[in-house]
Amino acid sequence: MQAEKRELLMATDHDTNSGEGGKTRRDFLYVATGAFGAVGAAAFAWPLIDQMNPSADVLALSSIKVDLSAIEVGRTIKVVWRKQPVFIRHRTAADIRDARADDSAEMPDPEPDAERVERPEWLIMVGVCTHLGCIPLGDRGDYGGWFCPCHGSHYDKSGRIRKGPAPKNLVVPKYVFVDDNTVRIG
Amino acid sequence: MSFGSFQPKNRFIKWFDGQLPILSLMHGTVVSYPTPRNLNYWWNFGSLAGIFLTVQIITGVILAMHYTPESTMAFDSVEHIMRDVNYGWLLRYMHANGASMFFLVVYIHIFRGLYFGSYKAPREVLWWLGLVILLLMMASGFMGYVLPWGQMSFWAAKVITNLFSAIPIVGESVVRWLWGDFSVGNATLNRFFSLHYLLPFLIVGVVILHIWALHIPGSNNPLGIDAKGPQDKIPFHPYYTAKDLFGLSVISVVFAFFIFYAPNSLGHPDNYIPANPLATPPHIVPEWYYLPFYAILRAIPDKLFGVIAMFSSILLLFALPWLDTSKVRSARFRPIYKQFFWLLVIDAVVLGYVGANPPEGAFILIGRLATTYYFLHFLVIVPIVGWLEKPKPLPESIASAVLGDKAEG
Repeated sequence: MQAEKRELLMATDHDTNSGEGGKTRRDFLYVATGAFGAVGAAAFAWPLIDQMNPSADVLALSSIKVDLSAIEVGRTIKVVWRKQPVFIRHRTAADIRDARADDSAEMPDPEPDAERVERPEWLIMVGVCTHLGCIPLGDRGDYGGWFCPCHGSHYDKSGRIRKGPAPKNLVVPKYVFVDDNTVRIG
Repeated sequence: MSFGSFQPKNRFIKWFDGQLPILSLMHGTVVSYPTPRNLNYWWNFGSLAGIFLTVQIITGVILAMHYTPESTMAFDSVEHIMRDVNYGWLLRYMHANGASMFFLVVYIHIFRGLYFGSYKAPREVLWWLGLVILLLMMASGFMGYVLPWGQMSFWAAKVITNLFSAIPIVGESVVRWLWGDFSVGNATLNRFFSLHYLLPFLIVGVVILHIWALHIPGSNNPLGIDAKGPQDKIPFHPYYTAKDLFGLSVISVVFAFFIFYAPNSLGHPDNYIPANPLATPPHIVPEWYYLPFYAILRAIPDKLFGVIAMFSSILLLFALPWLDTSKVRSARFRPIYKQFFWLLVIDAVVLGYVGANPPEGAFILIGRLATTYYFLHFLVIVPIVGWLEKPKPLPESIASAVLGDKAEG
């Protein structure tokens, strides 16, 4: 009895309110409610997603100063910047010559050596393979630079990718020489 | 068709089941469920997978009572479990080797499905749910491997999360979002622990759907033909409960062998070195159950396409019910498909072997050939064989094939 009555009511409602092309006020209300709900849900979802991004204390630690005076010619040190290793190599004259001689060679991500350094004797770059994030080993590989043991990427003396699956050269971070013996990374 | 419904004599059980029919549901699932009478031992692996999931959850919940998901304490807390906690070594070895057993039985279960055509109509949704379980298992296993925070844990986390950096434009941001840092660190470990605890319960949920989807058409069988009547089926209990228990006893011996005699043989010694974010071990490999996929990743000399190939190698299986053009399910009646099936098994083993070795010399070429063959199998061979092959005649019914002339009487 009840159900019948409700059906009857709904039918009347539909008949009296039908506009052009069978659209009713009720359809409009459904769409408006649905859209409002969807926007609300999306707005609420953002905090749930964004909480996974680096937190404020992590973002606060984003620049370091390094003293270069102790690094002899031909040596590489690793420093930690944003929890990632940064290679700082004091290049020999031969390193620089070899790197520049290869400027015109064919490579996946061409970049002249001069654009990868502020001062030719200091090669500073993030020591993270651009393939899947392993740390390449120094003085190895077919090009006398770095070699990534995980999936076999070879980098040259300028940290440029020459062979293997990595798509990009080792990343050069932003840095400035505060004075002749100090560099600020980040 | 059913073998007697749930009719309890106890008044309390009757009253309870009247209000929440969970007991009759269980009865219908593991007691009276009408099962083809000809299932062989390859059909053990579904219930074995369920048992190993249970082992993982029980040991995992206990390990979580003693483990500390914090990057400076995680490694030591695992050593604390190994040395100080009563039976901690046993629970951890059960959990670590239990993961291997779980993957082993699931892989056999999947190849069983491939051989006997269990993915074909009317069981496509069942097949999909199984693949969803596999993907959840892989995610869960990976995150669990990160928790001990050894060298392999750390570098596995780094390499696997970096797979997402292959996504054009947003890749780097996605990876940073996954890490919660500029590198894998404490934030990563913490969320992996949270998710590693969550995922197994999601797996349980999908397993329930998987069993539900199984019970609608009923189990496939080695002949791959539909059951025609009551003479083709027997109740699950006691016939298959007994058969599954026998299988469980056999596999328990294997499980116990690993736990007590070779608990670290499937792991990697480098994972007993605490995580060092500044040095990658010279040779990193994933756990054995990921090796074929790792080989596919490395076979392609392009980062993005390598990652795409690796994910497609599993996603492709979702389309298998439609790639296979043959109407005959069981490979017993498909002389040509049967040979290609075994080639696929060999190919998977070769991929695993290549994945375990460094990407040098002949392994590069073998890895590429095996990867090509993997995709060729599903995308070309399976559809074409379905068209060209002339299947052997199918038996009248399960009963007539199993019992011969006696089926009539």
